[in-house]
Amino acid sequence: MFGAASLVALALAATPAHAFVAYVSNEKSNTVSVIDTDSWTVTKTIKVGQRPRGIEFTRDGKFVMVAVGDDDTIQLIDANKQTVVDTLPSGPDPELFTQDAAGKTLYVANENDNTVTVIDLEKRARLGDIQVGVEPEGMTISPDGKTLINTSETTNMAHFIDTASRQIVANVLVDARPRFAEYKHDASELWVSSEIGGSVSIVDPGKHAVIGKVTFEIPGLRKEAIQPVGIGMTKDDKTAFVALGPANRIAVVDTATRKVTKYLLVGQRVWHMAFTPDEKYLLTTNGVSNDVSVIDVAAQKVIKSIQVGELPWGITIAPGIAPGIAR
Amino acid sequence: MIRWLLGLIGLAFAATQALAADPVEIGVGYLGVAGTRSTLSLVEQPAENDGVAGARLAIEDNNTTGKFTGQRFTLEERRIKEGEDPVQAATALAAKNGFIIADLPADALLKVADALRDRGTLLFNAGAIDERLREADCRANVIHAAPTRSMLADALGQYLVWKKWSRWLLVVGSHDEDKLYADAIRRAAARFGAKIVQERTFEDTGGARRTDSGVTLIQRQMPVFTQSAPAYDVLVAADESEVFAAYLPYRSWDPRPVAGSAGLVPRSWDAAQDQWGATQMQNRFMKLNARRMTALDMQAWTAVRMIGEATSRTNSGDVRKVADFIKGPDFSVAAFKGTRLTLRDWNLQLRQPILLVDGRMVVSVSPQEGFLHQVSELDTLGYDRPESKCKLK
Repeated sequence: MFGAASLVALALAATPAHAFVAYVSNEKSNTVSVIDTDSWTVTKTIKVGQRPRGIEFTRDGKFVMVAVGDDDTIQLIDANKQTVVDTLPSGPDPELFTQDAAGKTLYVANENDNTVTVIDLEKRARLGDIQVGVEPEGMTISPDGKTLINTSETTNMAHFIDTASRQIVANVLVDARPRFAEYKHDASELWVSSEIGGSVSIVDPGKHAVIGKVTFEIPGLRKEAIQPVGIGMTKDDKTAFVALGPANRIAVVDTATRKVTKYLLVGQRVWHMAFTPDEKYLLTTNGVSNDVSVIDVAAQKVIKSIQVGELPWGITIAPGIAPGIAR
Repeated sequence: MIRWLLGLIGLAFAATQALAADPVEIGVGYLGVAGTRSTLSLVEQPAENDGVAGARLAIEDNNTTGKFTGQRFTLEERRIKEGEDPVQAATALAAKNGFIIADLPADALLKVADALRDRGTLLFNAGAIDERLREADCRANVIHAAPTRSMLADALGQYLVWKKWSRWLLVVGSHDEDKLYADAIRRAAARFGAKIVQERTFEDTGGARRTDSGVTLIQRQMPVFTQSAPAYDVLVAADESEVFAAYLPYRSWDPRPVAGSAGLVPRSWDAAQDQWGATQMQNRFMKLNARRMTALDMQAWTAVRMIGEATSRTNSGDVRKVADFIKGPDFSVAAFKGTRLTLRDWNLQLRQPILLVDGRMVVSVSPQEGFLHQVSELDTLGYDRPESKCKLK
C-alpha cells in the first residue's frame, strides 16, 4: 500500500492544526468513507467502482486514488469535490500501488497477470509493464526512489526492481504469502509481512538478504490465526505497528530488539493502517467488524472505533489539512 | 538405477551453479486412470483432464517462481488403462521424474508406492480419500494432499451440529466406498454429539444414469423411499458411487435438507470459492484450462505447489532434500484457504480446512467456531495423532 510513512514525511510542516481527513476503502460496499479526525465521524460516503481496496492520496493532496479491482481500473477522487472524476489505465485487477516521491509515476500490482504496471500520473497514461512473480501484491518504493519493491503472494518473494531500468535486480525469498512491504525512513531495512507464514521478515536492502524476523505469540490464540498484513513505521523508525488480521490485534514492535512489546486489541480482521501526519494517531481498518480503530500512538492505546462501510480494507490520510475542512 | 544416479548427480551439479547456468530441471510425473466416471448430474461430469489440469497450473506457477530461483519444472502425464499394470507405468514415469502425483485407487497406489520405495521417488496422493492409506497402510514415501473421508465427514458433522441439526437420517449406498463413507459419518455423529435416528440402504440395482423420462419416475420413487422415518433434522446420504444421492433434494417425504453426497457437500475445493485471494487462482485456472476448477484439480495443484515450495526453500531439486523439508517442522504451503496448510508428521496427511458447498456457493468452511484443539483446530477434522494406527516405513 501507500506508505503512511512517506505521507508523513511529506506532511506539510507548516500546518499545526489537528483536523485531518482519512479516506477508507470499503471492499464490499463499493464505497469510500471519509473520516474527519477532529470529530472522529464519517462526514461523507463516496460511491466508487467495484471492490475498492488499495487507496492513496496523490502527493499534492488533490486526489485520492482507489484501486477498484473488479472494474480493472484505478479511480481518482477529487478531494475537494469528494466525487470520482477520472480513471487511470491500470492493468487487470489492481489491488495495491505506490508512487514515486515526486508523485509523477505510479506502480500498480496486477494480481491476475503477474505484472506491475507503470503509469504516468500527469498524463494518466500507461508507460509499460514489469513481469514479476505469481500474484503481485505489496508495493513500496525506497526513500531514494531508486528501488521499487513488489511482493508476490504465491512466489513468496520480495522483488527489488530498479526504477530507472525497470528491471528486477534481486529476489528475496520470505515466508508464505507476503502481503505488504515497508521501508524504514532511513532506508536501512525493508520489512515484509507474510500473512500465511505468520511473520515479518526484515530484509537488508543492500545485501538483499533476510537479516531478521519478527514473530508473534498471543496466549490463547493458535498460530494459524496470526496473519500479519499492514505495517506502519514511526518517523523515528523506533516503533513498528503490525496488523495481525484475524488475530484482531495490532502488534507494537520495538525495531531495535525486533520483539513485540505490546498487543493492542482492535476490531476484527485488522488489515491496513495510516498515521495522521502529526503522528499522534494511527487508524486501522477492521474488515469483519466494519470499523476503523483509532490508536493513540504515544499512549499505545486504542481510544475509539468508527463504523464505516462493509469490509473496510485500505486507508489513506491527507498529507496536510483537508481541503474544505478547517482551512 | 544408474540412470537415476546420473540424474541425481546432474541435479546436484546444476544446483551448485543455479542462476549462473541452465536452470535445475525438476520433473514431476502425473499418474492417473484413463476414462472418467459417470455422475448423476450432467454438470458435475468430470472433464478428461480433471486433476492434471490443476497440476499444470501449479507447474506454471512454480515456473514463474523458478525464473527467479533457477529452477524449471516439467510435467509428464500417464494414464493407466483397464487391466494395465500401474507399477509398470509408475516405473516408466519415475525414470525421469523424482516426484509423482498420483490419482489412483488405494490398492494401485500402495503397489506403486512399494515398487518405487527403493528408487527414492516421492509420491503425492492427490485423489484417494481412503482412511487406510493414512492408517494401517500408510507409507513413508506417500504424502497425502487429498483429504480423508473422516476429514470430510467431520467437516460436515461440525457444521450440522453448529446448526443444531443433530438428528440425522442416514441413507447409505450398497457399494464398498459408500459404506466407508457411512462409517466416517457415524464416527462424526458420535464425536460431535449428533444422533443417527435411522439408517437405510439404497441398493444399486443397476440402470442408466441418463434416461429420457427419468425425472417423472424419480419424483415418485424418492418420496416413497424416504417415508415413515422417525423425526429427523437432516438427511445425510453416503453415495460416493453416484447412484441416488443427487435425486434426494426436494424429493424426500419430509421437507428436510440433504447433506453428504448431495445437497450440502464437504469438499477440499469448489469453483465457487472466492475467499482469501482465491479469485485470482480461479481466474488463472480458467484462463489456462477453459473450465472451472474442481476439488481434484485443487488437490493436484496443492501437491505440485508443495514441491515448488520445498524446492524454492531448499534451493534444491534433490528429491531426498525436498522430501525431508516437506516432512520437517518448517514446512507449510498457502492454498487460498485462509490458513497455512501443514503436514501431520505421524501419517503425512496435509491438514486443511474443508469447504461445505451447495453447487452454487460456499456455504461454510470447517473447522467450525468452537471446535477446539490443543495443537491445531485443523486436527479436529479426521483421525488425530492419539488415534492413529500409522507406523511410517
